This record gives sequence, structure tokens and C-alpha cells, in this order.
Amino acid sequence: MSFKTTLFDPLFKNNPIALQILGICSALAVTTKMETAFVMTIAVVLVTAFSSMFVSLIRNYIPSSIRIIVQMTIIASLVIVTDQLLKAFVYDISKSMSVYVGLIITNCIVMGRAEGFAMKNGPLVSFLDGLGNGIGYGVVLLFVAFFRELFGSGKLFGFTILPLTTEGGWYPANGMALLSPSAFFLIGIFIWILRTWKKDQVEQDA
Amino acid sequence: MSNDTVGKTLGVAAALCIVCSILVSTSAVQLKPRQVENKKLDIKKNLLLASKLIDNPKASKDEILKAFEKVEARIVNLETGEEVSELDPDKFDAKKASKDPGMSIRIDKDKDSAGIKRRSKYAKVYYVKNDETGSVEMIVLPVYGKGLWSTLYGFLALAPDTRTVKGLGFYQHGETPGLGGEVDNPSWKAKWVDKIATDENYKPIIKVLKGPAPVGSKTEIDGLSGATLTSNGVTGLVQYWLGENGFGPFLSKIRSAGGVSL
Repeated sequence: MSFKTTLFDPLFKNNPIALQILGICSALAVTTKMETAFVMTIAVVLVTAFSSMFVSLIRNYIPSSIRIIVQMTIIASLVIVTDQLLKAFVYDISKSMSVYVGLIITNCIVMGRAEGFAMKNGPLVSFLDGLGNGIGYGVVLLFVAFFRELFGSGKLFGFTILPLTTEGGWYPANGMALLSPSAFFLIGIFIWILRTWKKDQVEQDA
Repeated sequence: MSNDTVGKTLGVAAALCIVCSILVSTSAVQLKPRQVENKKLDIKKNLLLASKLIDNPKASKDEILKAFEKVEARIVNLETGEEVSELDPDKFDAKKASKDPGMSIRIDKDKDSAGIKRRSKYAKVYYVKNDETGSVEMIVLPVYGKGLWSTLYGFLALAPDTRTVKGLGFYQHGETPGLGGEVDNPSWKAKWVDKIATDENYKPIIKVLKGPAPVGSKTEIDGLSGATLTSNGVTGLVQYWLGENGFGPFLSKIRSAGGVSL
């Protein structure tokens, strides 16, 4: 497997959310605004990439009886550092993301890559794999956030695109876009489009 | 040699813990000053937003500090309403004080409409001065209380008559985004401006309703749709802090003195 496929496959061909259906919980929570989705994407990309790299670096020394807790410790430490950095440099955004940064620890994608890939591969390729999967997660996050923010609050990255009726414009906000169920629909639509494009992702009927 | 011997397992676990704890504690300690500064700045910004001294929620640090020059903080004793000079407004932390048994009192359940159980004996209040005349244009009170999920922390700005609301805003809460979280919605917050918070006897009557407020009502605010409990929480906390167990004695001191002089 080349570096290129390791990095780019998780975007569409093997997307962690769309194909593996992992990490849905945070995809619902942080996608009401593009801004928070974007920062969340960066945070997850960094955590996945570096945790995969560190796990891979010490993979030959990890006793298999405690390997999960070793991975968790590495991931948790990186998440805390990320959270501290966000609080120090982008305080407003970190405030609006509240607990969800901390919850990256429980994001199945991070753990899944560490256990499923980094334990068997070298540090560089694991880093790229983590990077790719983080970005693949981000693609879905930004797709969902784009529609939720546009239809829910008439804005993109906080700039008004559709002036709301409540603020004197013409667009009546779609309240459901701000609630979690809309993210389910959007992820469903994303998967539908993706599987129409890449037919081999369609699951076989039993 | 296998990785799974007891010695090696313990060794790897210990080494990993040491490395990770150093990493985590270094970042926490190194970044702490920045975070504390951010937090203080954020509180200042929200105070300015609540009292309409700035409009832009993305105001820069310089703009915030410049606008904050008009604001002066004082500590008051809530029971007597008197200003206290022995406590330094810069160092006073109401959250910490409300947990300190020596600094705080328990609130009786039937009087606790804010749902906070204990409160500090002292509170930090802010006066907003007019640049030219130097007179006090606004009194900004810190208010907090329980919503649905969380405690809401915010500021209530009053005109010197102590009855007219000049603004309300929360800087920290954990209400449902899109529902109770709409306490942050600028158009909802704008509904508070120029409302009358108390009746002629200075008893708090301002209320967030369920559903829309009657047109022209001076003491009622539109409810937040889908967030009745958050709306009730806001009513409760505003009424508590304006009432006799909150800032009531302080506000009545201001009225009997015929305003504030610095």
C-alpha cells in the first residue's frame, strides 16, 4: 500500500463515518456551525495522526494484555493537550465546543485506527493513516455543518448568506436543521450520494 | 523475549504514565496564564455586551480593554447594601466565595428562586460612567442561577433608577444549543432593553413567559420556544438577584442616595 492511498483512501473510498459508520456521536454534536466543525476537524486530525504515530512507535514494546489501555492513555493525553491549546488560543470556539473536545477520547475513529492500523504498521505510514482518517471524518463534518448552518441560521462561518426573518430578512430559519436529527438525515444523504458514486460500497443483501 | 511478562507489563505501563503525565502537566502549566487571561477577558467582553458598550461579539482585546475603561468595579455587602472597601475588586471571586463557609450564607429553599443553594455574602458590582460628565449611567450586576441543565452566569445592566433594564447577557451556561442556548440570541436579549424589572415597591416582577409576551407589555419577555425550563430559570434568577435576598438592599441604598456618586 502506498503512502498516497493510505492518506487519500479514507476521504471517500474508505470513509470512517460513511463506510465504517464510526464517530457518529460527535458528528451530531458539533455540526451546527461551520466554525466549530472546522476546529473540531483540526483537533481530530491532529489527535488521530499523532496518536497513531506514537502507538506505532512503541508498538513492538506494548504488552498485548494492556495494549488498549496504553492506546487510551496516549489518546487521552493528546486530547487534553489539544483542549488546553484550544482554551489558550481560540477561547471563544473552545467554549462553544464545551465537552466535545474532551469526548474525542471516546471517538471510535481514533481508537479504531490505533488498534486496527498503527499496531501493525510503521510510524510514518500510521501518521498518514491517522491524518487521512481525521480528514475523512472532517469532510463529513463540514458537509453536515454546511447545510445545518446554512438552513438553520442562514449563515456560513458566521457570515449571513440568507437573511433571517427574525432579523428583518426573508428567510424563515429551519429550526430542525439545528437539532441533532437533521445531522442523521444529512449523513444518510452523504452516504447515499457516496454509494451511488462508488457502487462497490453498497452492502450485499444477505 | 515476550512482551507479556509481568515485569515488562509493569515497566511499560509505568514509563508510559510518566511520559504522558509530564506532557499533560507541562502543557497545562504552560498555558494556564493565557487561559486565565482569556477567561477574564471573556467575562469583561460579556459585561460590555450586556450593557451595550460594545456591539460586536468578536471585538478584539484592545477594543474590550478600551471600552472597559468606562467601567468601575466595587464590592458590596449584599445584606447591608453598603460598599466594602477592604476587599479588592480585582481579586474577589464570587464563585470561590460562594463555596467558602466563612464568606457565604445558605439560602432557604423557599427563597431560592435562582436555585443556587448558597451565595457569597459579598458581590462585585460594576458602574458604567459617562465619559463627559463622569456620572454613573448604568449599574451592572452579576447574576446567576439554574436553568435546565446548568447554572447560567451573566450580567444584568440597570439604569440608575434601579428599575429599568438596560441589558442582559450570559457568559457561561450549558443549555441545549438551539433551544435553551438561545438565551445568547441577540434578538432575544434585545427584548430586555428598557423593560421595567420591578413594581412601584421595587419588588421584582419581570418575567419570561411561555410563548410570546403581550404587545406593549413592559414587564414580560417572550419565552424561548422549546425551552420553558430555561426560561423559568432566567425568570427565577433575575427575580432572585433583584429581590431583597439579592441586590435589593444595595439597590435601595442607591435610590435613597438619589443615584450613585463615585
